[in-house]
Order: sequence, then structure tokens, then C-alpha cells
Amino acid sequence: MIELQKATDHPLDENVVFHVHGVTKIYQMGEVQVRALRGIDLDLYKGEFTVLLGASGSGKSTLLNILGGLDSPTEGHVIYGDRDLTRASEKELTAYRRYHVGFVFQFYNLIPSLTALENIAVVTEIAQSPMQPEEALRMVDLGDRLHHFPAQLSGGEQQRVAIARAIAKNPDVLLCDEPTGALDSKTGIVVLQALQRVNQELGTTTAVITHNAGIAQMADRVIHLADGRISQVDVNETKLAPSQLSW
Amino acid sequence: MKALDKKLWRELWDMRMQALAIAMVIVSGVGIFIMSLSTLDSLYETRETYYRDHHFAHVFASLKRAPLSLVKRIEEIPGVDKVETRVVAYVNLDVEGFDDPVSGHILSLPDNSRGLLNQIYLREGRLPEPGRDNEIVLSEEFVQAHKLQPSDTISATINGRRKALTIVGVALSPEYIYQIAPGAMFPDPLRYGVLWIARQPLATAYDMEGAFNNVTLTLSRGTNEQTINEQDVIDRLDDILKDYGGIGTIARKDQFSNRFLTEELKQQRTIATIFPVIFFGVAAFLLNVVISRLIRLQREEVATLKAFGYSDLAVGMHFIKLVLLIVSLGVIIGIGAGIWMGKGMSNIYMVMYSLPYMIYVLKPQVIIAAALISMAVAVMGTLYAVYSAARLPPAQAMQPELPAKYHTTLAERMGLKRWLSQPTRMILRHVERRPLKSLMTTLGIAMACGIIMVSGFQEGSINYMVEMQYGLSQREDMIAIYTEPTSKRSLYSLQSLQGVEHAEGFRIVPAKLQFEHRFYRAAVNGIQPGGSLMRLLDTDLNIIELPKEGVVLTDYLAEMLHIKTGDMLTIEVLEGQRVTVQVPVVGTAKQYLGMNAYMRIEALNALLKEGYALTGALLSVDDIYQRDIYAELKEMPRVAGVVEHDSSIQSFYDTIAETILFFTFISTLLGSSIAFGVIYNSMRIALSERNRELASLRVLGFERSEVAYILLGEQALFTLIAIPLGFLIGYGLCAYMAFQFDSDLYRVPLVLGMNVYAFSALVVLLSSIVSAIMIWRNLAHLDMVAVLKSKE
Repeated sequence: MIELQKATDHPLDENVVFHVHGVTKIYQMGEVQVRALRGIDLDLYKGEFTVLLGASGSGKSTLLNILGGLDSPTEGHVIYGDRDLTRASEKELTAYRRYHVGFVFQFYNLIPSLTALENIAVVTEIAQSPMQPEEALRMVDLGDRLHHFPAQLSGGEQQRVAIARAIAKNPDVLLCDEPTGALDSKTGIVVLQALQRVNQELGTTTAVITHNAGIAQMADRVIHLADGRISQVDVNETKLAPSQLSW
Repeated sequence: MKALDKKLWRELWDMRMQALAIAMVIVSGVGIFIMSLSTLDSLYETRETYYRDHHFAHVFASLKRAPLSLVKRIEEIPGVDKVETRVVAYVNLDVEGFDDPVSGHILSLPDNSRGLLNQIYLREGRLPEPGRDNEIVLSEEFVQAHKLQPSDTISATINGRRKALTIVGVALSPEYIYQIAPGAMFPDPLRYGVLWIARQPLATAYDMEGAFNNVTLTLSRGTNEQTINEQDVIDRLDDILKDYGGIGTIARKDQFSNRFLTEELKQQRTIATIFPVIFFGVAAFLLNVVISRLIRLQREEVATLKAFGYSDLAVGMHFIKLVLLIVSLGVIIGIGAGIWMGKGMSNIYMVMYSLPYMIYVLKPQVIIAAALISMAVAVMGTLYAVYSAARLPPAQAMQPELPAKYHTTLAERMGLKRWLSQPTRMILRHVERRPLKSLMTTLGIAMACGIIMVSGFQEGSINYMVEMQYGLSQREDMIAIYTEPTSKRSLYSLQSLQGVEHAEGFRIVPAKLQFEHRFYRAAVNGIQPGGSLMRLLDTDLNIIELPKEGVVLTDYLAEMLHIKTGDMLTIEVLEGQRVTVQVPVVGTAKQYLGMNAYMRIEALNALLKEGYALTGALLSVDDIYQRDIYAELKEMPRVAGVVEHDSSIQSFYDTIAETILFFTFISTLLGSSIAFGVIYNSMRIALSERNRELASLRVLGFERSEVAYILLGEQALFTLIAIPLGFLIGYGLCAYMAFQFDSDLYRVPLVLGMNVYAFSALVVLLSSIVSAIMIWRNLAHLDMVAVLKSKE
């Protein structure tokens, strides 16, 4: 099995899942250089529910993509556990995503030709120690819609299938990109409840990016991004339950 | 340039590989259409011009001997225009340094003339001087085959006397466009030639002074078209020549060389119809699929354009323009390719058929038809997709399409589900969701496979014909043909030659075979019963024992006459005492070449009311003595010619090897371009349709190979189903062509060897692999970041 190289020069606190150090990302867009990230330093801790909050263009998606192994920084290091993502090959990054990361997308990205159950199986079949797909669906309260195709599910249901798919492999970290972005607030809250339950029951480190400040209050920590920099970090002394949120 | 047109060019550039793949299919369709039709037109035009300019006769007759005074009676037949008499003889030839038996026809030329009718085309040198008995004009094919040139000498056994002849000219003749020795299966320019010599010396040699043994004539204008008049002329001429040993008058359509050429043109016509239909069909399907996909991807753009106030017509025209651009590219390259292939093909025919020149004819209507058919097919194929895009209300078009609906497949419902991995289920469900598209894709690949098979079928058929004819039926090593019917004792002198293992005599008489109102001119062959050299075979290749009485017919002849075993066949013998008798048909023999009637030699001789006479003998000989035997046969005055099969067959294979290679090259090129066009486009479209799905899987940790499996697995499935289906289509195409090629000259057996199947499957697989490699490289660039943020 392909694993990431050890980053021995960056010993980490065992509670730190991600250690982001001096990360800069510059995109060459034609003749224009876009500086999406300008020197990010950040640690994410085990079991923590973090919200990365920022407006469009603040760099939050770029940061999430780098954390998820979908993109690499122009400068700086991202240490995952004791391994350096920035030095990983394409194959190593694929293995990293396969065994360690769960993704939830804004537009669900379910496979239309597979049923809810099969959309989860497609991931558990290639994972190392997954849970049963049925069990994952029960965690998001969809135990009765196992054999429905995406076209037969509502948006909220599709997103809960996507969450089940992300957690079914028992990932070390769950990365969610605007998970409620395509949903109305009522449905969005159901989705957030599912995310919170996973975080609490499985202890999965969860990072949610959003531009919706209303969601921030359910997080352990809120990291504000603006213009490619971390502008502010808030720690919520008292977290709200998703049902108490409104936007 | 308008903004919309700029968009057009850029989009065309972005989809250039796909456009090229579509254009390639159109190139093939247009190319083969133009190649076939222009070759056909060129052959017809060249033949007509050649026939007209060289006064090719309308009616031909051979006889034993008639005085020149008879010409006047022939000229008086109503409808006859010009009459020319000749002296013609079949002779043995000798070319220094070439030991195989060589024979030829020697024809008289009027003094200082290329002839009144059937004028020769003098390629090189001059005509023989009047009265010179040692100057000849020789057929070009023969000259080229033996690398001879004017002033070289060959020798001929003219009426039993060996004579050295100097080549003074090299010529071609409309009468010998297809040069084939009597009784031979294939043209063999090394072993058969045509010679022209001054009339007087030839007449002297054959005791034909003031006489002739061959007459040809043209019909006056206006009567040529009316076959009833032509038949009338033939009947009257037959009647006149009856008393002079006439062996039957034939019309131009039955003239041997002309017949072969006509059959060849018929084959060309078959090819010219089948292939373009297939290619245009596949091209239309591809265009339809690609364009509807393109437009589906552009829904939002279409809506935006319409929101800006562009009319439906303007938006529709935009896409029609895109399609027409691609088609035009294909048509233009296709015309070029078609002309190139047409010229190549015409040149092959020119050489193959001893045509003095080739007038390459490219009719404007052929080009226009090719262009119009391609455009029409393309526009029709895209009209619906364009129409639905243009008519969508902008607001609706700006909405994303709903997620595609899928169902569990039949295979899963049948209980196979647990054996199938999720990616495999994705493949099957995707295939089943669009059954028509899947079917058409499979059919397109299958067509490609079938087309490639067509090229291989020729060779197998010829091998089988040769094996049947010369391996099983006619098993002699040599045939000695006598100058005239000879007694049975001649056989003993042949058998006594050193190295002759076995000899069997035969008797051949020309006859008119009739049943009810149908008749056919053929040779009645008297053969030795129980002989080992000449055997008749039935459909199951069992040997037919000839009964004491009765006649066995070539199966195709029996079909043509609608005669069955037990019916009485009327045989009108066209030589000697010209008896007419009725003989029962006792069976039919499977034969692929020619059409004949067979009887026991005693029975035939009894019919002819003659004693036991032979017109030739079949010999099996020891290889070591073959040359010596041939040398001795040549010295025998009553042996007019010797035919040897093995070397002729070998030389035939050498001649057609190039042609077959060309055909194989062309059809492989066409087949693989269809296969590639269909497979690449199908994959490319699948990739763009499933881009999001596949990128999502990559984000979820799927390897490139695992994602490729989903995409390429579907195409592999189509290809694997398409190959056996293609075998069926190929078999059908070959069977259809074989059926179309059948004539009284030859029947083409449908023989498809394993190699034919294997080759076409291989070409299709290679085309898929090439497409797959190209798609594999595209898969490296799946945009995983974009997929997180985009709607369907």
C-alpha cells in the first residue's frame, strides 16, 4: 500500500491532525497572477469541529482543497499526522484521499447510476476498515431509503447519502465544502445534525467551509479567512445545537 | 467576424480531435463513394471509347473453312454493316529461356492495316510488311511478362512447322482486354499471348488461301440496340456458316474478354452501392450523437444567447454551421482521397485488363452527390438536437438538467447482482439506460469489423476454387490439346513417353444445350468413366459415377436452364454432322468455373455417330520429366497446345497479389477509420458526459485505472459484443457479394478462413486500444477541484 512519506523534521503534537505552515497558493490565470492564499499558519486538532468562514474569494476553498490532497501549495508545508502532503506524489495523494479523508460536496456528487446503498459501497469496497453501508445510512437517518437512486431522492436526502458515503470508510478527517449551500435552511439543519452526530459519535475531525456565518455557532472553533489570510480565530465557549441555528 | 462566428471557430478548435474523428468517417464514405463510382465511370468510358475507336465487332463467328466469296452473302444479311474475315489459329509458342508450355492465338492482319474491325492499338514498333511470314505484332502483356522488345524473336509451331518470328510491333486489342487461354482459369500473360501476322503467309500455312475460318461484323447503326435484330443476324449467320463447319456465332455480350470485363464492372457496381451506404450510415449516427451531446452541454449558452435576443433560427443556424464545417472538411479531404484511390484503382484495372489507356472520368454529379448526401445526412442527423435546443425557453434552458434516471439492470434482477462490483454495475446500468445509443455504437463497431472481412474473403474464395477445381476435380499435370479429333491410339503414344504416369483421353464438342425455351452454348465433354484425372464432384465432394447413358451438367447450368435430373436435354452439336439429340440429365456437378455438360466418352462419340475419337488428353507426369515431356509434345504435329495448371495458378497468384494487397489496404483503412471514429467518439462523449462522476470518484480516492475501468469497460463491452456481431455482418456482406458476383463464367464460393475473422477482430481491437490510450491521457486531466464547486 502506498503511504505518505514521513515528515521527520516536523514532529507534531499527537493531538494535531493538520499542521499548516506558511502556505501560499498562487494561481496563474492567463497573464494574471492570483494569490489565493498568502501565508497561512494553522493547526487542526483531533476530534475538533472547525468552521472555516469567509466570503467568496477569501481562499477557504483553496485551503480545503490543499488539506484534501486535491491541490498543492506554491509555498509552505501541510503536515498530516507525521507526513508531509506537499511532498506527496499523485499516487500517494490518491491513497491519502482513499484511506484517510471523507469529502462532502456542495452539490452532493452522487453517482446517478448507483443506489444510495451502492453509492456508499463504491467507497467501502476500496477502504481499509469501513463500516457497513447500511450502518452509515442509519447514522444519517436514511435507513429506509437504501435502494433509491439519486434521482429519486430530495436534495437533503442526497446530501445525507453523501455524508454517509464520506464517513463510511471511517476517515480520519471529514472535509465539507459548503454542505448546505444548495439546500434551504430547514433541510440544511438536518444535514448539519448528521454532521454533528458523526463528529460526536465517531470523533472524526471535521472541517466545514462556508460563507454562512449562521453555521459558525455550532463549531468548536471558527477560523475567519479574508483575502487569503486568517483574519481571526474564535473559540466557541458554548456551542449551539444545529436545531438552534438560523439563517 | 460576428461574435457568434468567433464562438463557432473556437469551439471547433476545442473539439478538433472529435471533429477530426467524425471527418475521418466522412472521408471514408465520400472517398469510397468517389473511388467506386469514378472507377466504374472510367472503366465504362475507357471501354466504350476503345471499342468505338477501334471498331470492336458486334458479332463473332468461328468456322472450319469458307471461301471468301461467302462474304457477299454475309454482307447481305439485313442489319449488317461491316464484315471482316480472318484466319485465326491456336498455336504453341516458344520463348527462349522459358521452358513452360506457352500457347497463343495467331490472327491475320490485312495488308498495311490495323484491321477493319477489332483494330489493334499499336503501342510500339510497326505493322508486319505485307507477305512477310516472319514478322509479327505481339500482345503487350506477353511482351512485358517476358521482358521482350521489338526485334526480339520467338518461335511458333504453325500447323506443325516450327517458325522463328521477329517482333516488329507491340499491340493491344479490344478483343483481348481480358487475355485468357482457352480452358484456363486465370489470365496468365507468361503462358498465353496473342500474335498478329500478315494474312497471306498465315493463310498459306493453314491452307486458307482465298478462304477464312473466322468472321466478325458490326451491325448498322440503330439495330445494335435491338437485340431481336442482333439475334436475327446471328441466326442467319449461323445458317450460312452451317455448311462450312461453323461452330456457333456469338454476340459481343458473349465475347469472352468483354464478358469478363462486364462481370468485373458488375462487381464494381455492387461495391459502389454497399460501401458508401454503410459509411454514410455510421457517419450520420456519429454526427447525431456528437452534436446532440454538444448541444446538451451548451444548454445554458443557448439560453443566454436567446435571452440576449438571438432568434431560434440564428441559434439553430449556429449549430448547423458547426456541423457543416466538419462535414465540409470531411467532404473535401474525401474527394481528394476518392480521386487518389479511384486513379489507383483505375490504373490497376488498366494493367490487369490490357487497356491501352485509361480515361479517368470524374463526373461532377458524383462529387455533387457525395457532398449533398453527406451534408443531408449530417444535417438531418443534427436537426432534431438543434431544434430542441433552439426551441427551449431560456429560463428552462438555464436550469441544470435533472439527475439522470437509472434502474437496476436485467442482469442484476436475474440475481447476478452480488457478483458485480459497484463500478461494473455503473457500466451495465449506463449501457442499459440508453439502449438505442448502446446498440448503435455496437452496430457501428460491428460494421467496421464486417467491412474488413470483405477484403479477406477474396483470397479464401480463390484458394477454395483452385483447390476444388485443380486439387479434387481436374487432377492432371498437363493437358495436350489436339489440332483435330484423333483416334484412340494417340493415347498410347502419349503414354509411352518417358515420365508419363497416366493418360486419359477426352473429347470436347461445342454444342447448344436447350431445355424448353432456354438455351446455352457450352462444351459437351466426353470423359473416361472411372478416370482418376478428371472427376466430377457433387455438392458434398463425393465423386459422381457417370452412367452409360445421359449427361451430367454443372449445377449452375442446370439451374439456369431450369432442368432437373430426369428431364430430357436437347443437345445441338455445332460441328461435324451437326446432329441434334435428346439426352436425359442424370445429375449435376458442383463447379465454380465455367458451365459444361459431361458424358462418357463412348456415349458422346456414339451420339456424334463417329468412332472413338479424342480432342485431347490429360496427363499425369513425373515432375522430373515434365520439361522433357513438354519438349516432346511440342514436336508432335497433332498437338496444338499444352496447358499446365500449376505454373499458371502460381503466376495468377503473383499477378493478383498486388490487387489483393491494395484491396486489403483500402478496406482495412476504411474499416479501422470507422472503428476508430465510432469508438473514439463514443469514449470522448462518455468522458464529457461522465466527467463529473469520474472526477468525484477520483476525489473519493479512486485511482486513474479504477476510473478508467468504468469508462473504458463500457467501450470494451461494446467492442466485445460488436466483434461477433461484426463477424455475422461480415459474413452477410461477403455472402451478398459472392451472390452478386455469380455468373456463368464463375461462381464465387463463400469461404472465410479463421485468419479473416482474426484479422478483422485484431484491427477493431487495435482501433479500440488506440482510442483507449488517447482517452487514458485525457483522464489524467480530470478537474477534481472544479467538480467540487460545479452543478451538473
